[in-house]
Formats: sequence, structure tokens, C-alpha cells
Amino acid sequence: MAVLVYAESWSGSFKKATFEAVSYAAQLADKIGTEVIALTIANNNNSTQLGKYGVSKVFTIANDSLTTFNNQAYANAIIAAAESTGADTIVISNTNNGKAVAPIIAAKRGAALITNVLDLPSSHSPFTVKRKTFSSKAFAQYSTEATQKVISITPNAIGAIETNKSAATESFDYTATESDNRLSSVSVDKAKGKITLTEAEIVVSGGRGLKGAENWNMIEELAELLGAATACSKPVADIGWRPHGEHVGQTGIAINPELYIAIGISGAIQHLAGVNASKNIVVINTDAEAPFFKAADYGIIGDAFEVVPKLIEALKTYKMNN
Amino acid sequence: MKILVCISHVPDTTSKINFTNNNTEFDSNGITFVINPYDEFGLTRAMQIKEATGATVTVINVGSASTEPTLRKALAIGADDAVRINAEPTDAAFVARLLADYAEEQNFDLIITGRESIDYNGGAVPGMLATYLDIPFVNACIGLELKGTKSTVIREIDGGKETLEGNLPMLLAGQKGLVEEKDLRIPAMRGIMMARKKPLTVIEAGEAVKQTSVLGFELPEAKAACTMIDADNVEQLVELLHSEAKVI
Repeated sequence: MAVLVYAESWSGSFKKATFEAVSYAAQLADKIGTEVIALTIANNNNSTQLGKYGVSKVFTIANDSLTTFNNQAYANAIIAAAESTGADTIVISNTNNGKAVAPIIAAKRGAALITNVLDLPSSHSPFTVKRKTFSSKAFAQYSTEATQKVISITPNAIGAIETNKSAATESFDYTATESDNRLSSVSVDKAKGKITLTEAEIVVSGGRGLKGAENWNMIEELAELLGAATACSKPVADIGWRPHGEHVGQTGIAINPELYIAIGISGAIQHLAGVNASKNIVVINTDAEAPFFKAADYGIIGDAFEVVPKLIEALKTYKMNN
Repeated sequence: MKILVCISHVPDTTSKINFTNNNTEFDSNGITFVINPYDEFGLTRAMQIKEATGATVTVINVGSASTEPTLRKALAIGADDAVRINAEPTDAAFVARLLADYAEEQNFDLIITGRESIDYNGGAVPGMLATYLDIPFVNACIGLELKGTKSTVIREIDGGKETLEGNLPMLLAGQKGLVEEKDLRIPAMRGIMMARKKPLTVIEAGEAVKQTSVLGFELPEAKAACTMIDADNVEQLVELLHSEAKVI
């Protein structure tokens, strides 16, 4: 009956997507009149802070065999926690690690898996929920009659709601088995201090209009001023001006930040698919006919090499005065 | 070595998405269907392994007869044979179970899928299939090197990448990086001719249970007209982002 939420950690710490998933699980449990339990694995933060987002109990696993993320072991640990608490609904963040565990859990438990979830369920019987589909070109209402469910929440789609609850922590044990360790992690290579694209509230993105990799300085400067992540269009990643991990669009990463600033990107349908869920879109382009203006909230027709430096100056002035 | 590449039959990336039958079905009118872009990277990587090691490559799809041109295209790119499991692919658990029933009997050393299909984007079939077969699963795979049965794979993680090692068999859900965009294989005339003679086996679907259903679709709301700002007055943009959009 209970709801279990996997409170994911990155290098030992919680991130925004974790609080969103925890908050989602708490609201879900509240609606169906049951309790919500969070599970943390290899987390160095104070797990009681999850109480602020509505959970009453936090299971923590601090087993040496689970220090590094391992999708088989983590999936089995989450299943063990669900079994011990009698949880039939498991909530997970739709992050890369979330996507690596969710289908394993669903397959092992015979549970229904619904990914890319955008909202709380519109009905509980049958359980019906809105998710992104057709690479963000559309939404769909998915329903399931299954008692066992795994729900994977799109980061940045649902705000984390703070409550005045507090959580008790309890240690939970799971040790990775031989079968969990059929794959071993050799190395993890992480860009330091970078804001994760899917979680960023503001994203500054550049396209072919920027004419070359060397012109990304101003994009990075603008991003830094705004506390934003940087992104790019597909052609830019294909030419190699920027890493593939920055490619947003239909076949890259789908994002839904509060603000998306597109510079020198014309707005092909494949690009729009990945970004049109952004709450506010600013387009800067020399071509007044660029299709992106039709999908934008604010537009500037102009040369990026003139507009962006001016925008940087205007933001600096704004920051000084506010 | 035997490699299985799972192929989804999806609307081309330039497709405008519309729905029919009171917004309960995808409107395939006027839509060109293609090999799922994420699957193309895996298919090309499989071709490279075939050329280097003499592996055989089977492509498979769960779908109606209308998906056969997509399988033929995969054969034209160089797969040795194709299998179509005759069923409408309506749910991830259902599709994964049908694929598992087939793969279980064939003992593939390596199974490659796309990380998700660009139509339903569930990203669920690869991990479910691996679990049903009890083999390791790597998602968002951006690199694969094989040495005998030893496999070194790279997966994308949020904000970076991770290198993993293990022994075959395993299932990789791939994306760009598995091969580069410029190295993607496209069918050549010779391949298209040869593909006509390659085996495409149709298997009737066995027992599999659906877990989810789609009640309806909706399209995003149209945006209100864009507020145009003069390029010489970017201060106005900053002001609007602050006072109207409330994002800074």
C-alpha cells in the first residue's frame, strides 16, 4: 500500500530532481491515504532533510558494495526496500541513473512502468497520469490497472513542495550479489561544477549561427551570469563544436527549463521537439523568418555577435542594481 | 558471435504529429516511417563488429506487416537476417516479453537496442528485455569495445560518462556516440538488391501481458505571439524576463 521513493544521490549529495521526486511521492501517498518512505543509497548528506519534502521515514543504505552506482544492485536494493515496507508504488527520477534502474525493477516485480511523467495522477482508479510522448511533440494520458507500479518523474516538471514535516532515518541493508556485479565500473568522468542540463532552470543554447567553436566564450559568459547550463543544436554537436552531451532536441536531450535562450538556432522541428516544453523561450536570430520565432515568447532579430555582448552588459547592470 | 539488434519503426524526425479517432490514436496519414534514430547507431556498430569478427547480425521488430520495409532497410544496411514478431507493439512489458521469448532460444552474445524510441519514448523495453533474459543492462550507451567475450562500454550519466567492464552476454541501449553521426550506414543499391533475398521470418506472437494503456493524446498549446524586442534595446528583454516572465 505504501509509496517508496528512491531519493537519488549524485556523488553523495541530493539534487533538485531528488526533492521533486520525493515531493511527488509524498503528495501521491497523501492522496491515497498511505505513508511514504524514502530510500537513499550511498548518500553523505543529512537524509533527514527529505522530511521537509513530506516523507516520514528514510531508509538509508551505506553498504560498501553500493558506494558506486550499479543498476542491477541498486534495482535489487530498491526492490528489497519495497518488499520490506509493503510498498506497491515506487517513484523514481527520470534521470540517466533512474532510467537504468526503473525497467529492471518493473520487470522483476511484474509492475507497470510509466516514464517521463509530468504530473500527479488525474485518477487513482485506474491510475492515470500525463506523460511526454513523441519526443515532447505531444502528451499522453497513460493508465494502468496494475497494483504494482514504477513511476518515473521528468526532472523540472513538478516543483518540490516544502512541508513542516520531519523524517526519522533507519538504516537498511542490502549487499550486492555476484549477479549484481556482472558489470563493474572502471571509471567515472564527470564535468566538475557544471549544471546538469535536464535539471537547469535556465539554459543558454547556441546553433550554427555562431559560426565556430571559438565563439562559445560569450555563450558561456552569458550562461555563467544567469547560473545557466549551456546547450547546443544537433548540427553543432555533429560538427564537433560542442560535446554530444549538450545536444538538445528530438534525438538529443529533452529539456523543460524555466528559461531557454536560443542563439543562432533557426528552430527546425527536431530542435523544437526537445525544447518546446520550456516555460519561457527567448530567440536571438538574424533571420526574421526563422521558424523558432513562432515558438518563442521573446524574440530579437539581430546578429548574435552584437546582441549577446549587449545582453551580457545589460545583465551585469541589472545584477548590480538588484 | 551472434548479435541481435532491435529495431523500432517510427515516424521520421521531421514528422508533424497529429492524432485521430478522438485523439486516441496516432495519425499515420502522410507519415514516413524510418528506423528509430537511436537504433541506427547500434545497427552501424553491429555492422562494424560483424566486419571485424565475422559475427552474424539479426534484426528484430515487434509490429504489423507495415513495418517490413523498415526491416528490409536494416537488411540493406547489412544485417544477415530479420525477424518480425507479428503483433501491435502497444506496451513496453508486452514487447519486451515477446522479444525475450525469441531471444531466449537463440542465445545471442550481444543485444543492442536504442535507448528509447522517438515515438513513445518509454525507454523501458531494453531494461525489461535484459531482465527477462537475466543479462546485464547498460542504458544510454555511447561506446563499445569488444575483446573476445570481454566488453568495455561507456554510458552517459548526468553531467558525464562512466566506463564499465563485463563479459558477454549483455544488452546495450545505445545512442549517438556508439558510432558518430558521420559514420552511420545508409543502404547502398547493392545492399538494397541483396536485402530482397535475405530471410525475413515472421513469427506469431506468443503470450504476453500488457501493463499500461493510452487513454488519449494531446498536443501542446499553441504559444501566444512572440514579443519582439529591438536589437538596440536589450535592456527591455532583461526587464521583461524579470517583471513579466519572472525568471531572473
